[in-house]
Amino acid sequence: MAAPLTLLFLLAVTVRAALFNSSLKELISDRVEVVSPLTAWKRVIEGLALLDLGVSPYSGDVFHETPLVIYLFHFVVDYAEVTFMLADLITAGCLYMAVKDYNKQVFRKQKFALEADRYPLDCLELIRSPKEMHYIPLKVAMFYLLNPFTILSCVARSTCCLNNAVIALFILSTIKGNLLLSAVFLSLATYQCLYPLVLVAPALLYLLQHQYIPVNFRRPNFWWLVAQYLFMFGGSLLVVVCLSFFLLGSWDFLSSVYGFILSVPDLTPNIGLFWYFFAEMFEHFRLFFLCVFQINVFFYTIPLSLKLKDHPVFLIFMQLSIISIFKSYPTVGDSALYLSFLPVWTHLHRFLRNIFLVSCLLLASSLLFPVLWHLWIYAGSANSNFYYAITLVFNVAQILLVSDYFYAFLRREHHLTYGLYLKRKDGSEAAMVLK
Amino acid sequence: MGLLSDPNRRRALINLLTRLNAPICGMPVDWLVKTMQARGLEVFTQSFSRTLPFPDENKERYMVKGTNVYGILRAPRAPRTEALVLSASCSPGDENNQAVGLLLGLAQYFRNQIYFAKDLIFLVNEHDLIGMQAWLEGYHHTNTTGMDWTPLHGRGGSIQAALSLELNSHVVTSLDLVLEGLNGQLPNLDLANLFYAFCQKLSVLCTIEGKLQRNDWDSVSGYSQAVQTMMLMVMKQASGRPWGDHGLFLRYHIEAATIKGINSFRQDKTDATTIGRLLEGMYRKLNNLLERLHQSYFFYLMPSLSNFVSIGYYMPAFGLLAVILLLRALDLWVQLVTPPPRNEERVNDIAQSCPGVLSILIPLVISHLTGVALYMLPVRFQEMAVEHFPVSETEAVVLTAIAVYTAGLALPHNTHRYSSEGTEQGWRVLKLVAVLYLAVLLGCTALINFSLGFILALTLVPVAAFVTPHVPKVLSAFALVFLSPACTLLFSVFFYQELQEMPVSFQDGWILYLSVISQGILDHYLYGSLVYPLIALLVYPCWLLFWNILFWK
Repeated sequence: MAAPLTLLFLLAVTVRAALFNSSLKELISDRVEVVSPLTAWKRVIEGLALLDLGVSPYSGDVFHETPLVIYLFHFVVDYAEVTFMLADLITAGCLYMAVKDYNKQVFRKQKFALEADRYPLDCLELIRSPKEMHYIPLKVAMFYLLNPFTILSCVARSTCCLNNAVIALFILSTIKGNLLLSAVFLSLATYQCLYPLVLVAPALLYLLQHQYIPVNFRRPNFWWLVAQYLFMFGGSLLVVVCLSFFLLGSWDFLSSVYGFILSVPDLTPNIGLFWYFFAEMFEHFRLFFLCVFQINVFFYTIPLSLKLKDHPVFLIFMQLSIISIFKSYPTVGDSALYLSFLPVWTHLHRFLRNIFLVSCLLLASSLLFPVLWHLWIYAGSANSNFYYAITLVFNVAQILLVSDYFYAFLRREHHLTYGLYLKRKDGSEAAMVLK
Repeated sequence: MGLLSDPNRRRALINLLTRLNAPICGMPVDWLVKTMQARGLEVFTQSFSRTLPFPDENKERYMVKGTNVYGILRAPRAPRTEALVLSASCSPGDENNQAVGLLLGLAQYFRNQIYFAKDLIFLVNEHDLIGMQAWLEGYHHTNTTGMDWTPLHGRGGSIQAALSLELNSHVVTSLDLVLEGLNGQLPNLDLANLFYAFCQKLSVLCTIEGKLQRNDWDSVSGYSQAVQTMMLMVMKQASGRPWGDHGLFLRYHIEAATIKGINSFRQDKTDATTIGRLLEGMYRKLNNLLERLHQSYFFYLMPSLSNFVSIGYYMPAFGLLAVILLLRALDLWVQLVTPPPRNEERVNDIAQSCPGVLSILIPLVISHLTGVALYMLPVRFQEMAVEHFPVSETEAVVLTAIAVYTAGLALPHNTHRYSSEGTEQGWRVLKLVAVLYLAVLLGCTALINFSLGFILALTLVPVAAFVTPHVPKVLSAFALVFLSPACTLLFSVFFYQELQEMPVSFQDGWILYLSVISQGILDHYLYGSLVYPLIALLVYPCWLLFWNILFWK
């Protein structure tokens, strides 16, 4: 499989290099759908300039990246384009290897379950074969690299690509079962954008499963692994934060980065849900709604972890999608990361109910974003309501997509336990209803 | 009280106008500068030059060089943050000489008034739209069309509104209001209402699309005139060209309109002083604006000056057309997803899902390459065409465009040699992609330029919904060609002439059609009109996909 992967990498690099050398680069770097105040390249340059002058880069409320990023770019600013292309390739490579490993484990588990005769007889058509799973890692890498959202983020030099690379490294190290690396990469991802904190739960669940420790609060080895992981995670986070302090010599970055993410002071329109709400809200209620919106991102961890405790990789997918829909400054690059996981769940296609509607909505809203932005800002004929309407359509489409996959996943699990053709107690045909 | 209640001023204005009655060669820059300075304005000039991509045969120009002259009347007691523009284009000959005279007369009158809170910029631009584009680009420090111009030395703040005058005789029988701007953008309806209100107040006959206003809009003939006026507005908006000098202001979020004086054979004439009073009233109203005009509609169609159709009424019509495409897409999706009844089909299906992607990718790529060829070849290869054929450059460009368009029709018979899977599933997948592509394309077009989107939807949606490889081929091929964008344009040209009550013969109509194509290409290169790239790069490839489906084997 190395040859198709190399070919894919070459194609991805060619497309990105072609766009880097065209006149579209500046145009794409300005689009609000692709860059946010947290990830814009212009702001990184501004921060570097301030650093060169000896002033703190966080003065002036322009720069909101973490100190490690600014030091990274201090050294590689001349090779920025190569860095971003490399980040994309790393993400795709990590996702490829992670999904390959995951597929092997899924197939092994399925084999054991078949031998133990745990599946009812009529759901044999739901069993997956190695042949159909053979091309899935390549498809995942392709979905990530050739997704227009990813290409646009890379050409705009949005640091979202670096965030995605770190999260992909975390996913790879978790699936390989390496506690230390998983904790380190997760702490880096949390340090970068705070929201990956919710991925602690699926990581823990996966590592417990990997080491055959059942989730039982009375067992000492459960607590031992949890304590180990949290200690490593907390420790590396502390190390990275203190390192940032020593690099820049002040604690400014805490309020400029995490304070900015949590308190949402910048209301530039983007594809998220926060800006319009907070633009029209009275000051009196601002704190309350801020808390509600931020808790919304973190809250789904608990019920989802309870429901999906046996399927931590699907939980990672769900958490990633929830982060990219509900975070305070989303961009299309965040969506690209969870969209690249869709080939892993191709076996769920027969249970998906809304796939046509969702694809049409996603396609239409992605194409209407620039049109309505033009009508609002340049032609002056529309106003912010039009743009927010399309934002809402885009987010509703994403939510429908994710909940559809969730339904399909749960339904397949249900069929694997109770059989494909459901019968009531008296033998007549039953239908499954989602309550 | 008002303009020219003073007889001396009136005499001065008439002197000025008679002087300008003589034909002018080129633009009298020095005379204009001196006259404006004598009236107390701050005068500046801007020179510009542009070589058109190919000669413009309508206006007979190729390498254009000119000078814009503008004078700024500073507001006596206000900070210089906002401005209003009054412009008149000065072309060789006596096309618009009276407008310049009226402009100078108004400048002199406004100089003595104390109520102006915004700066007034009196602009005389040469080579109409090209000069206006150069001035606007210089004023706003943008350079989107590759023109050479000298920077402006005097500015007046952000422009709130602009009016453009076209007068070629010192008495008129009616005033025509022109609203359609570049890419079908319209000014705020408040500006049109302002003009109509003042016309009624001063009892000046006013028209829109050249049609007089009447009292009986409810009668059959009144209704038919309203429909004709609206259809004319739709055609003009769909062409995407600026129909007056005001058309280029709209892109910068400046509400602008053009006022044309029409001198026909009526008995009651309106003289320049009344027109001056009308303009004075309009400028006093615009002067009182606290914010830009935004309260009224930006998207409307006008069957008459006293009625309008807002976006809330006309968009559902378009929405229903788009729904046809979406329902067809849903139908195709359901057909594709329902598993076939027999078991032996299933093996074939799995084998076809991979080559399925390739078999739709090839028609997509080939159609878009043809679209790119249609966009780039006509202008790039005009020199080569002129060497080999006895045609002028403009004819070469237009005929190359038509040739590439017709050559695209020959394609379907070639793409199938490379894809071996020409099956029932294949054309359904291609049609699903094509129908969704058309729906989204028409939606985006209708949002930006509703008339263009609607006309394209009317002609393309029926064939897109019904074409399959199984319909009678000859009849459908004719229908598809007759409803293709090029033929729609041909029919629109004849229809437009009919609506203007100037029907043309077939020969003249064909020449007019060729000139319309050349103007469309020129508008794209000179002012950034989006109609030509939209049709060449997006609508034509989409139409080719349907042509491909019709001839699917």
